[in-house]
Amino acid sequence: MTEIKEKSRTVHVIPKTSVSVLFAGDSGDGMQLTGTQFANTVAVRGSELNTFPNFPSEIRAPAGTISGVSGFQLQFGSKPVYTPGARFDVMIAMNSAALKANLKDLHRGGIIIASTEGFDEKNLKLAGYPEGANPLEDGTLSNYIVFPVPVLQLTREALKDSGLGMKEIDRCKNMFVLGLLYWLYNLSYEDTAITLREKFSKNVSIAEANINAVKAGYNFGDETELFANLGRFDISPQKQHGLYRRVTGNEACAIALTAAAKKAGLELFLGSYPITPATEILQTLAKMKKWGVKTFQAEDEIAGIVSSIGAAFGGALAATNTSGPGLALKTEALGLAVIMEIPLVIINVQRGGPSTGLPTKPEQSDLFMSLYGRHGDAPLPVIAACSPVDCFYATYEAARLALEHMTPVICLSDGYLALSSEPWKVITEESLADINPNIQPARKPEDPPYLPYKRDEQLVRAWAVPGTPGLEHRLGGLEKQHETGNVSHDPDNHELMTRLRAEKIEKIADSIPLQTIDNGPETGDLLVLGWGSSYGAIKTAIENAHEEGYASVAHAHLRYMYPFPKNLGQILGNYKKVLIPENNNGQLLHVIRDRFLIEPVGFSKIKGLPFNEMEILDKIIDVIKELE
Amino acid sequence: MSDTEIQASACPTLTARDFASDQEPKWCPGCGDHAVLQQIKNTLPDLGVRKENFVFISGIGCSSRLPYYVSTYGVHGIHGRALPMATGLKTARPDLCVWVATGDGDALSIGGNHFIHTLRRNPDLNVVLFNNEIYGLTKGQYSPTTKLGLKTVTSPSGVIDHPFNTASLTIGSGGSFFARAFDRDGKFLRSVLTRAAKHKGMSLVEVYQNCPIFNNSAFEAFTPENKPELTVYLEQGKPLVFGKESRKGIMLDGFRPIVVDIEKQCLSTNDLWIHDETDLNKASILARFTDDREGDDEPLPCPVGILFAQDKVTYEDALTGQIAAAQSKGAGTFEELLKGDNSYVIK
Repeated sequence: MTEIKEKSRTVHVIPKTSVSVLFAGDSGDGMQLTGTQFANTVAVRGSELNTFPNFPSEIRAPAGTISGVSGFQLQFGSKPVYTPGARFDVMIAMNSAALKANLKDLHRGGIIIASTEGFDEKNLKLAGYPEGANPLEDGTLSNYIVFPVPVLQLTREALKDSGLGMKEIDRCKNMFVLGLLYWLYNLSYEDTAITLREKFSKNVSIAEANINAVKAGYNFGDETELFANLGRFDISPQKQHGLYRRVTGNEACAIALTAAAKKAGLELFLGSYPITPATEILQTLAKMKKWGVKTFQAEDEIAGIVSSIGAAFGGALAATNTSGPGLALKTEALGLAVIMEIPLVIINVQRGGPSTGLPTKPEQSDLFMSLYGRHGDAPLPVIAACSPVDCFYATYEAARLALEHMTPVICLSDGYLALSSEPWKVITEESLADINPNIQPARKPEDPPYLPYKRDEQLVRAWAVPGTPGLEHRLGGLEKQHETGNVSHDPDNHELMTRLRAEKIEKIADSIPLQTIDNGPETGDLLVLGWGSSYGAIKTAIENAHEEGYASVAHAHLRYMYPFPKNLGQILGNYKKVLIPENNNGQLLHVIRDRFLIEPVGFSKIKGLPFNEMEILDKIIDVIKELE
Repeated sequence: MSDTEIQASACPTLTARDFASDQEPKWCPGCGDHAVLQQIKNTLPDLGVRKENFVFISGIGCSSRLPYYVSTYGVHGIHGRALPMATGLKTARPDLCVWVATGDGDALSIGGNHFIHTLRRNPDLNVVLFNNEIYGLTKGQYSPTTKLGLKTVTSPSGVIDHPFNTASLTIGSGGSFFARAFDRDGKFLRSVLTRAAKHKGMSLVEVYQNCPIFNNSAFEAFTPENKPELTVYLEQGKPLVFGKESRKGIMLDGFRPIVVDIEKQCLSTNDLWIHDETDLNKASILARFTDDREGDDEPLPCPVGILFAQDKVTYEDALTGQIAAAQSKGAGTFEELLKGDNSYVIK
């Protein structure tokens, strides 16, 4: 077994505040696992952290090609980090395609650790380099610090006595790289060793080989002269003391649904159909049987939502999760939930569209569909999550609104939030808002008749659950008579009910928090109005803008997309200009213009990639310069 | 004492009238749906279930209006989706007695996907499929059970889509119960509905239901005069005998059912096919009786009654069992939920 050496005497350790790292390789190279392990290690050490997995939609795209490149980017630091980094400081390139696909996003002067076996003639050709060209040798990378490492050869050497076959040994090469990174960032590999032993508990020799590959990589860093001039880096942990966990956005959604059901004293039912990038919500909840969670993997998206409507009629907190194409299929049933006025949570994890679009890439392009995408006049609340951890709070709030206002609620996440992760300080039950569904008590024979569509002052009808004596009633998609809920084709009644359904949703604005300014002055030159996953990039850009002397720039981030907070119009009027960055072709821009009759500046990025702070900062500066 | 008996002992005596809602049925005069509704209302009081524990779910179509006319809990949903709604309800609330009213268009065309998948999952639902072999509510277009050649407003030259065989589709999809009855034979329909309701699992009752407006001739063959020759009433453990004065029977020639004349061929009832509703192979052959078969001297009669009934674990019981197993060492607490299993302390 390889022993860990004493801390290097020759290489000095340089403190740094934050660093962004990209692990990139072929989709079969295990980059997601490597990145996740690295992220776990820095999280447990107490660093601030933000991750972003970026991979192709094919499970095994053609090996060695650009389309097969899978990446895992993360930024960690001793100060809060809100994005995976606009550019990375370090890139692991397991092959030449990974280098070619990502080089443009590497900082000038950044570090490249290249696995030389991935730069052989065959790989270079597959990556589309001209014949005879090898970036590791031809000087084209002179703006970067390049470390060619024969990863495969070193892994094979380290594991030659492992008793494993060549194929299994070669699969450990990602762990060698992981060990090298641990060395470079002065991190212990002990947590990874524990995880690997758990992961491969049924195959001890595989577990030990992987661990030995990590150690070999670590020791290689220590022994080789390669890094002597560079040094090692140390990012001192800054997190507050306490108990933490790391969650992805999708995990946070699942936890929130279960928590909301428990808080409301209800059972949770999820009707769902697998769809990228929303499936982990179903997967996570399917494992939560200990908390009594019932998941139903339906035959299609329609059955997913309709089964949830059935469960909601039965008195459960019911939810369904999906992504764009699935939401499109659910729209008829959404109309039914609107007219039935029953509680339902729809989590839509947005991806690039239309149609199958970019299934594994994030986009914010389902805002219009969420707001308007139903037949008939069928308004419903729409709220948006802004970070992986915030997926918990947004989903919990969606459940609260649904249960207390008897309405379907769409909660928007996206592929970036869904798969990215953040450390989350463990919260307590008491810190969560109470959820009080208005459940109709049993009726005695002498009581007046039960009126299913009688409304309270919030215009909310009560929830009468089957099994309750005396409340037998029929709901359905046909227009309801005011109060009695009987089928009615009366013209005046239809207009009344249409208005009541709309007013009920608008009234939610009375009870939700007012819009706040996240950072910056209350009045000034420019307000950056964001929503969803651009939060981190905008927040960082605003901090940078302030540092660069642009003090009159503020940031407001919308949670409630419909209804808007009551003071939003007033806030927008406090600035000379409003800038709306969105990962779509200007949907919120359109809504704001329509609602407030102002002319904001739109800033669209429609590349299947989240915003980064540099792009937004550049745009802020452009807009301010135009104002002057 | 079984669960059913406990429920029954606590259940006040109800009559069909207790299940009449204050809404007047808006089906056409002479529509078979009136008769089916009456038999459902007659059946419910016999089941020993408290009124508030019944729920009727439907999709869209004439028959799907039924929940409005039964004074229990109910949902008139959207086209084709009654089965997933009922599945969600039954999964969340296994204590409820859930019925589904659906039609040939609702269940087999727009809801066809849900139909096959719900059958294989086998939630404990009582599904009444009103088969009038036509789209009534949209005024007379052909449905997935309309016979070949029928001229309708959307098949002016005759239907060229081969119809579904509901029984074969049910059995082929892993259904655990299939029965067939007529709207016009109320007493028999009631007995079939009662058996279906008591079946644990998804029971599918196909009711041949006449649409006097758009497809009045569909079941003309089954008039009181013709019916003895054209139907065979199935009884568990009894031979397949039919015809005037019960002169005819069915025998199996290998896998091929044939019609025999008991008297002329000097046969005893022991020579005939004995009905066994638990026999999947026989049920599969029975299901095919209604198909047109070329080369048959004499057509086979339409089997009526319970073609197939099998014990099969229900979806909700399987899920409840998994949850119970997961909670065998105690249910998860709120604290455990928020903490997760990968938390770490930063000192």
